[in-house]
Amino acid sequence: MKLEPLGDTAVVATLGSGIDEATLASVLALADAVAAAKGRGIVDVVPAYATVTAFYDPLQFGEAPGDAYEQVCRFLESCAARANGGARSAAARLVEIPVCYGGEFGPDLELVAGRCTLGAEEAVALHSGADYLVHAIGFTPGFPFLGGLPAALRTPRRDTPRARVPAGSVGIGGSQTGVYPLESPGGWQLIGRTPVPLFRPEGKPAALLRPGDRVRFRVIPTREFDSWK
Amino acid sequence: MEMRVIRAGMLTTVQDLGRRGHLAEGVPAGGAADPFAFRVANLLVGNPEDAPALEITLTGPELEFAEAAWVAVCGARFDEMPSWRPFRVEQGGRVRFGRRLQGCRGYLSVSGGIDVEPALGGRGTFLAARLGGFHGRALRDGDVIRTMPSARHPAGHWSIDERILPHYSNEPTVRVMPGAHAAEFGTALYSGRFGVTPMSDRMGIRLDGPRLERSATADLLSAAVAPGTVQVPPDGHPIVLMADAQTLGGYPRVAHAAGVDMPLLAQLAPGDSVRFIRSSVAEAHALSHAQERRIGLLRQGLAGKFMSP
Repeated sequence: MKLEPLGDTAVVATLGSGIDEATLASVLALADAVAAAKGRGIVDVVPAYATVTAFYDPLQFGEAPGDAYEQVCRFLESCAARANGGARSAAARLVEIPVCYGGEFGPDLELVAGRCTLGAEEAVALHSGADYLVHAIGFTPGFPFLGGLPAALRTPRRDTPRARVPAGSVGIGGSQTGVYPLESPGGWQLIGRTPVPLFRPEGKPAALLRPGDRVRFRVIPTREFDSWK
Repeated sequence: MEMRVIRAGMLTTVQDLGRRGHLAEGVPAGGAADPFAFRVANLLVGNPEDAPALEITLTGPELEFAEAAWVAVCGARFDEMPSWRPFRVEQGGRVRFGRRLQGCRGYLSVSGGIDVEPALGGRGTFLAARLGGFHGRALRDGDVIRTMPSARHPAGHWSIDERILPHYSNEPTVRVMPGAHAAEFGTALYSGRFGVTPMSDRMGIRLDGPRLERSATADLLSAAVAPGTVQVPPDGHPIVLMADAQTLGGYPRVAHAAGVDMPLLAQLAPGDSVRFIRSSVAEAHALSHAQERRIGLLRQGLAGKFMSP
């Protein structure tokens, strides 16, 4: 485990270098241990891919030079010793997300299929037939970075990002796929849309997905999309 | 008490000192871009330091007060507007902002604080998710904002010792700690001045100046970033992340601004410039403690300057 500062209010623990399940499992175990320990001065924790970042309030530590940073590092080391390769306590959840592919909801589906030398239906079958893993939540609130896109569906991002991607849009960007929870700018190729909200401020939690969740997309017809409204 | 928004100004939002515990859901802490000015504005009218107040951007609003209240404006300075001291607005009176004289963001506090519902543990406006503040959006002409009742108000006329203020400037020097990828960029960040472009907002300040060339080419895995992180996209023009920045970033991180200098960055307007000098985590912490002592002294000094009705 490598520890280094992110400015004067966070310490980053790096546990690996690749996008893989084993690394994510140790990241989640450490993040859970940090959250459970409620260390003094620790105000937030962010797991993402191969890192766990612990945010702290330096004013809650002594004034001796290096005191706060050293204490947070020691705290992370003790959490890592406790987590020690353990899997996440709660069993991984499988979340099914209904998606209406193509048409007005997936304006880039034909382009993606064409670049991958597939028919549109084959592309949809591949995308909805795979299991995905949430490696991180970010970019916008609730946005899941998903690993597990079939290699045959890899498609470069758009040269010019769209200024407005509708909420719920399902996209492909390189070797990644994900869902835009909010209307935002975005450069991924849009292949479909889900009627399920991925971020609800009044929800507890607000984000539908969390790192470590498994995700599967289920094909729905337009009328089922409309009936969600 | 109610305030009516006669003119909203360019971008006026309700802010606080940020929300905590939601970074892993992709929700940034947000809150006032210049927390120093925000806290002092509240202290000057007898509010808790985190009471919701208005963040004003470049051009100020015009507000009409349904009842008398005490108000303070800190941070950016405006013509014909008192700075860093409380003043009273009579019933039916209006607060108008003149031309901007210095800085980018002003904080207008009202005795009692602005009355808005919390969202995800914060009352600040997060525009990208239409979350918090006044219906998740910037104020518009004609809005009516409620304030909380106030238990105390300033007595007599006084202002604060401006020596406790950060060294606000339109060409400040900002202390930064090396970022995770600093070694891939040499010393270009410290070699010149960077201009503030108009593509700057509460999410980030986009800079123009010496291009930062990266010696490495490897793609990076996205990892947490924070306000103050200086990231470098492929075009070589650094971006300093601000209060509403996204929580994860995949660009290399060349440096990170000291927390105590975030107010200097928050007050940069398009056309201003900034220079960076190297600091350390230990120095940044010492500076934060020193600033907290100055705010503590201000708080003590103000203790005898309020009356309860």
